[in-house]
Amino acid sequence: MNGNSSIDLHLWLIPLIPFVGFLLNGLIGRKLPRAAVSAIALIATAIPFALAANAWLQFKSLSLPYVERLATPWIATSVFHADFALSLDQLTIIMVLIVTGVGFLIHLYSVGYMAHEEGFYRFFAYLNLFMFFMLTLVLSENFLLLFVGWEGVGLASYLLIGFYYQKDSAANAGKKAFIVNRIGDFGFLLAMFLLIQHFGTLSFNEVFSQIAQHPEWHGGFLTAIALLLVVGATGKSAQIPLYVWLPDAMEGPTPVSALIHAATMVTAGIYLVVRSHVLFDRAPIALGVVAVIGAATAFFAATIGIVQTDIKRVLAYSTISQLGYMFMACGAAAYSAAIFHLLTHAFFKALLFLAAGSVIHAVSGEQDMRQMGGLRKFTPVTFWTMTAGVLAIAGLPPFAGFFSKDEILAEVYRSPYLGHALWFVGVFTAFLTSFYMFRLWYMTFFGAYRGGKAHASHGSSHDHGHSSHAPHESPWVMLTPLVLLAVLSLVGGWVGVPAALGGHDEFGRFLEPVVKEQSLSYEQANVDLARNGTAQTPAVPEAAPDYPTERLLSGLSVFAGLLGLFFADLFYRRKPELPAKLGEKIRTIRGLVEHKYWVDEVYGALIVKPVLFISKYALWILFDRGLIDGGGAGISGLNIGLGSLVRRIQSGNIRSYAGWLAFGAAALLLITYFGLGTHFLIH
Amino acid sequence: MVVPIAYYLILSAILFTIGVAAFLIKRNIITVFMSIELMLNAVNLTFVAFAHQWHQVSGQIFVFFVMVVAAAEAAVGLAIIIAIFRTRNTLDVDQVDLMKL
Repeated sequence: MNGNSSIDLHLWLIPLIPFVGFLLNGLIGRKLPRAAVSAIALIATAIPFALAANAWLQFKSLSLPYVERLATPWIATSVFHADFALSLDQLTIIMVLIVTGVGFLIHLYSVGYMAHEEGFYRFFAYLNLFMFFMLTLVLSENFLLLFVGWEGVGLASYLLIGFYYQKDSAANAGKKAFIVNRIGDFGFLLAMFLLIQHFGTLSFNEVFSQIAQHPEWHGGFLTAIALLLVVGATGKSAQIPLYVWLPDAMEGPTPVSALIHAATMVTAGIYLVVRSHVLFDRAPIALGVVAVIGAATAFFAATIGIVQTDIKRVLAYSTISQLGYMFMACGAAAYSAAIFHLLTHAFFKALLFLAAGSVIHAVSGEQDMRQMGGLRKFTPVTFWTMTAGVLAIAGLPPFAGFFSKDEILAEVYRSPYLGHALWFVGVFTAFLTSFYMFRLWYMTFFGAYRGGKAHASHGSSHDHGHSSHAPHESPWVMLTPLVLLAVLSLVGGWVGVPAALGGHDEFGRFLEPVVKEQSLSYEQANVDLARNGTAQTPAVPEAAPDYPTERLLSGLSVFAGLLGLFFADLFYRRKPELPAKLGEKIRTIRGLVEHKYWVDEVYGALIVKPVLFISKYALWILFDRGLIDGGGAGISGLNIGLGSLVRRIQSGNIRSYAGWLAFGAAALLLITYFGLGTHFLIH
Repeated sequence: MVVPIAYYLILSAILFTIGVAAFLIKRNIITVFMSIELMLNAVNLTFVAFAHQWHQVSGQIFVFFVMVVAAAEAAVGLAIIIAIFRTRNTLDVDQVDLMKL
């Protein structure tokens, strides 16, 4: 590999080192002591973080995008070629820092959390494998290598969801995640085929500069490609209609939920949309679809989150909902806001999951919030860190979530298509978010401890080997990541304080070279501009800063958050009997929401059952057994039949041979003498 | 007096046909064997007749070759027949339809 500048960042080492960790732990981890397994896994995550930090420090002196490629091409055909190429730009460095930084903290936490589990080495091998693929995904310079990482994280996710493979529900959840993601990947693959057909390349740089060279391209096949990419993104990022796998994915160990199903992998869809935003900018229909999907998902998942009683499932629906926010931001072409929320969400959602894991650890594997309560006294550190996470996700200043969510809402409000309606959905969802998060907070940490009675029957739900009766605080190896993430959840938003609130929006400016419309950093675009003498960027004039409105909007969203807090306080602290009473009154709606709108059942009836039916009767019985097996049996039967006929000639009876011999000789004689129409053979 | 060649050929054909008929009809292996010898000698007669007719010696040399091969064949064939008789206690060809002893 060689870089295109004098500085060599050794990008290729960033994904490769976790892979080495995976090989070590996967191949010989079984024989190593747990301390060695942990050390290998931690080092294999710490070094990439150090490399990423090094890249960050040298960032100013790089010529961007910084590309490292293997000298020999990976695939070279007459139609297109693809390289093993890694690239680094502002977007990538943010993603790499999130993945390695949060990833390292979660690895550290896992050392404590998984300490008593079977298959310790297996868990860390999978985690490192995940890191390898995730880093490949964010670092790759073309769609194909990104797809390799994309599939790889799906594999790692499958392996980790099904980590407790002896539990049927976990194994099924893994399969569900894998299969639902296949549907999305189908869209991604088709998008790549279209890209090859129209651009002859899959390299980001080349595709985007070709688009920049052709300002007349608008909609059409670009919309098709963008929509297919959206299909892929909805699968990976758990958006409607492919979100169904994420709640079930909570069957995996909690650190996995934190790392893969909250902080990193599920944001790959957002990353993909932002990375290929040049395509989306020319496809307004696709952007509209993204915005509507995002808003619908955000609202829909939040309503389900309200009635969940499993602490991890609340967080799972909350993740879907927050990913919906990011989608909504992408749809409003506010890419930097989406990535900003991705960053803060990675902090506070990883924190919330890890804190939830700590709570589950404290109460010996119980996940039902109705069996918790009053844990504030037992687990003070977990309580305070989780409080930081809850405040952050509820969007209360000065926590991280406030700034990112506020930016998304402001951008959505400004966007020309459906802006106000989407904004309203967003604010209402912010209210719901705040409500269910404070509900979780109150149910878990306040009131009296309700658990401790039925441990024997519940202990298996998380396979924690503890048998202590009183809830206990987690060890410091678990609490340290919590504290660090809590700090990040507090200060993480300060990098992007919008101008309206007296900040400078450093984050947005940092990302601007990557995400501004019609990225002009490619020299072709510059040439094009120079030739025509006029700017090609569509005439969307930079909206004059409207600070009063923006301040009003953020005031409203904070109010929505406080309203959620108020209701949660009312329902779950001051008048705990109220939810049940209210629930009686709106029983139909409650039933609908409690059953998650019957989506799984509807999918089951509309898609899974017919597919199984067709697979069983048409494909298996008719085609596989009937045509293929039957065809084989038919051919062999024909041969056996013919053979048994012809076999009679070779009877072993000498006189029958002699008879045939004489008959043949006579026939030859007759033919030579009379010809029998065979004279032409002689001439 | 010169015997016309046709006589020889007719005699030869009669002998050959008898050989073929016996080969097909008879069941005793020894008889079958003898009918083969008869067919060979019918052919030998033709060779000799033509050699005499055309004053060419090659036909007679062929006959020597045939006789040599026939002698060798008789030696091998009789040995096989003895072996068959020892294991099967029969010389009926219809009973000898397995390819092994």
